[in-house]
Amino acid sequence: MTSGKAEAIVIGASAGALEGLSVILPPLPASYALPLMIVVHVPPGKKSLLAEIFQAKCAIDVREAEDKEPLCSGTAYFATPDYHMLVESDKSLALSNDEPVLYSRPSIDVLFESAADAYGPGLVAIVLTGANDDGANGLKAVAEAGGLAIVQNPVGAYASQMPEAAIRACPGAKVLSLEQIALFLLKLEKA
Amino acid sequence: MSEKIEDIEIQLLLEALYKRFHYDFRNYAQASIKRRLKQAREQLGFASFSALQESLLHDPTMLLRLLGYLTVQVSELFRDPSYFRAIREKVVPHLRTYPSLKVWIAGCSSGEELYSFVILFREEGLEERTLFYATDINQDALAKAEAGIYDLSRIQLFTENHRNSGGKSSLSDYYSAAYGSAAFDKSLRKQVVFSDHSLVTDAVFAEMHMVSCRNVLIYFDRALQDRALGLFKESLARKGFLGLGAKETMRFSEHSQSFTDYVREEKIYQKSAR
Repeated sequence: MTSGKAEAIVIGASAGALEGLSVILPPLPASYALPLMIVVHVPPGKKSLLAEIFQAKCAIDVREAEDKEPLCSGTAYFATPDYHMLVESDKSLALSNDEPVLYSRPSIDVLFESAADAYGPGLVAIVLTGANDDGANGLKAVAEAGGLAIVQNPVGAYASQMPEAAIRACPGAKVLSLEQIALFLLKLEKA
Repeated sequence: MSEKIEDIEIQLLLEALYKRFHYDFRNYAQASIKRRLKQAREQLGFASFSALQESLLHDPTMLLRLLGYLTVQVSELFRDPSYFRAIREKVVPHLRTYPSLKVWIAGCSSGEELYSFVILFREEGLEERTLFYATDINQDALAKAEAGIYDLSRIQLFTENHRNSGGKSSLSDYYSAAYGSAAFDKSLRKQVVFSDHSLVTDAVFAEMHMVSCRNVLIYFDRALQDRALGLFKESLARKGFLGLGAKETMRFSEHSQSFTDYVREEKIYQKSAR
């Protein structure tokens, strides 16, 4: 499905995100060659602690996204509450205040669709656990642009609705367990 | 790699919008404008952006419909209560020393930020000596701002925000509710000038003591951000204040030297004395 070399990774997660990301992110080495952009559904009006939590657990740099920030390898960017996170074609981040999509802001679809546009076949997109349908349309857009679509196996996921919806929208997606996803990302760097 | 057809079409559409109507979205942040245009194309029922462009140039009703998609903004009264708390506790004491004040709400959209400021200034006893400028490029949004009518379902959030911002009165003092809507009192508009103004193409129009422009610059590319920040710099009086959105930063701008952090965590800046 994917032909080009991977240039960036996008991840979407909702209910159960913390546990899922705790399997995937900590093994990545500080020198990891790709940037990761991550949308987790978080309530508006509160400061998100995700970046702090994962910075403490991870070797890679972890931070909350800022508008116009150029993307760096070996860094994970978390979307900030109440803003959508997008990628520009010059590979910098952009935030937006547009209306929520599927009741979500940040929205996984919004990130995935803009990243598919910016990276095309160079994108790896991963939909993890969650109890809604966000991410399904985005994953489809990634696959249509030639990127690699990965979905956490709904069996064993904390909440299966989001991975199931993603598989329905994108039947060609690789379906992997969290542990397999973690290994895949480590190998991806060496590919 | 050659440019995607869709990207060419979008550029041409924005060019047409500028050449024909002088609305300049050409330097807006691409990813979001593209998303909005896609939404407009689908919902207005066009197969391609070229078809939408043709209609824009020949159907007089299309402009307003398209603008509705390009400039839609949703905000809240007292959005980010901590911002308004900082204005109240740290900026107001400074503003109090002036006999008369001018405050510019740039990109006021449907007015939520404006009413927040007017209410706060009334609570602090500054309203009478303040002239508020509320500007936007979207006429439709300006009309909504001037009407000051919001869906009643949003009032609970507005009320919580107001309380968390250190509000000294009850928000219900300022609106009357009927038929599912809350209409804000017209006395709040007594000191307000509503005007059509573009941060992209228009110039400075008055000397301000405070400019609040939140979550507008994120829609601009860096060059345009610099233009807008330059306007604010020119417009502000010596030691005047600039408030930006929580996730907006001056860091990447050529004007960063002209401002100092005043309340860093709330993105409130002060124009340097120089």
